[in-house]
Amino acid sequence: MKKLIIFITVAVLTYTLAVTFKDIPFGENRIGDLNNPGTVSAYYLQKAPEDLHVSNTITAVVVNFRGFDTLGEVTVLFLAATGLASILYRKEDEEEDERITLKSSSLVRTGAKILFPLMLVLGLYVFIHGHLTPGGGFQGGAIIATGFLLMLITYKRFNTNHNVMVWLESIAGLAFVGIGLFGLFRYGSFLQNTGWTGNLNDLVSGGLIPLIYIFIGIKVGTELTNVLDILLKIKPRKN
Amino acid sequence: MNEFQEIFIKYKDLITLAVYGSAIMLIVIGLYAALVKKHLVKIVIGLSIMEAGVNLLFVAVGYIQNGTAPIFSPGNENSAAKMVDPVPQALVLTAIVIGFAVTALALSLVIRLYKHHHTANIDQIKSLKW
Repeated sequence: MKKLIIFITVAVLTYTLAVTFKDIPFGENRIGDLNNPGTVSAYYLQKAPEDLHVSNTITAVVVNFRGFDTLGEVTVLFLAATGLASILYRKEDEEEDERITLKSSSLVRTGAKILFPLMLVLGLYVFIHGHLTPGGGFQGGAIIATGFLLMLITYKRFNTNHNVMVWLESIAGLAFVGIGLFGLFRYGSFLQNTGWTGNLNDLVSGGLIPLIYIFIGIKVGTELTNVLDILLKIKPRKN
Repeated sequence: MNEFQEIFIKYKDLITLAVYGSAIMLIVIGLYAALVKKHLVKIVIGLSIMEAGVNLLFVAVGYIQNGTAPIFSPGNENSAAKMVDPVPQALVLTAIVIGFAVTALALSLVIRLYKHHHTANIDQIKSLKW
C-alpha cells in the first residue's frame, strides 16, 4: 500500500514536470528588447552597467536590486549556524575538547601548510572582486572555510579562536545592517546605493556594492568555519 | 554562425531532452530516496539531490542559445544582447546557500537523534510514532 502511494506520487510529479517543460523551448531568448525593457532581466542587464557601473550583473541583482532579500538570506545562514551550535551543544568539561582525527602523514601536513595561505588569498580575491569577476561574498567565504577545513582535519592542535570568529561575524552582520540604515537616513530608502559609482571595470566602482560583498564574505567565511569546527568535535558514541 | 550553433540547431530536441530530462530525473530520484529510504542520512542526501535538480532546472530555463555569462568584462561592454538571463542565476545563488543551511541543520538533528536512540533507522525510532 505504502509502495503504491509512493509510486503514484513520483509518477504524478514526473508527469507534471514533463508536461510543463515540454512547452518551454530550451535556449530561446525570453529577455526581449534591452533598450525598451519589458522584463526584469532586460531592466537589470541595462541598468547594471549604465547606472551602477557594475560589471557582474548577478552581483548587482543579489546585492543591489535584491539587497534586502540577501540580508534575509544571511540571517537564515546565521540562524542555521546558531541552531546547529545549540543542538550539538555540550558542556566544556564533559569530555576533553579535541577532535577525533587520524594522524596525518608528513606529506599531507606539509601540503596543507603550503595550501592554507594560498586558499585564504584566493578567497579574499574572489570576494573583493565580486563585482568584477565571477564569484562574490558567498563563494569567497566558502573557499576560506575550505582552507580552514583542510587545516582542521590535518592538524589535531589547530584551533580557531572562537571569540575572534564570533566578533568578526557579529561586526560583519552589523555592518551590513548599518549600510542599509545609512541608505535609509541619507537617501530615503533601505540599502539605497550612493550616487557616486565610479567607472565600469574599476576595482573601486559600484558605490556600496563591493563593501557589502566584503562584509558578506567575512560573515560567510567565519560562519562556515564555525559550523565545520563544531561538526568535527563530535565524539563517537561510547558503548 | 559557428560550429557550436550548427550542432545546437541540428540536435535541439536531443539537447532539450538531455538537459530538462536529467534535471527532472534528479528531482524524482531525490524524492524517491526521501520517501523510501529508512536511514536518516540517506533521507538528507535525497533532499540534497532534489535541491540540485531544482537548481539545474532553474539555470537551464535561463539559458540562451550561444549566450555568454552576464558579466561586462573589458572588451564585452556592449554585448548585453548576447548574455544569458541573470535573474535565475542570482536566485539559484540564494537557493544554494539556503540549501547548505538546511542540510547542516538537518544533519545536526540526525546526530542528536542517533545519540539519543542509538540508531538512525526511522523504523526503530519508536517515540516518533503516534
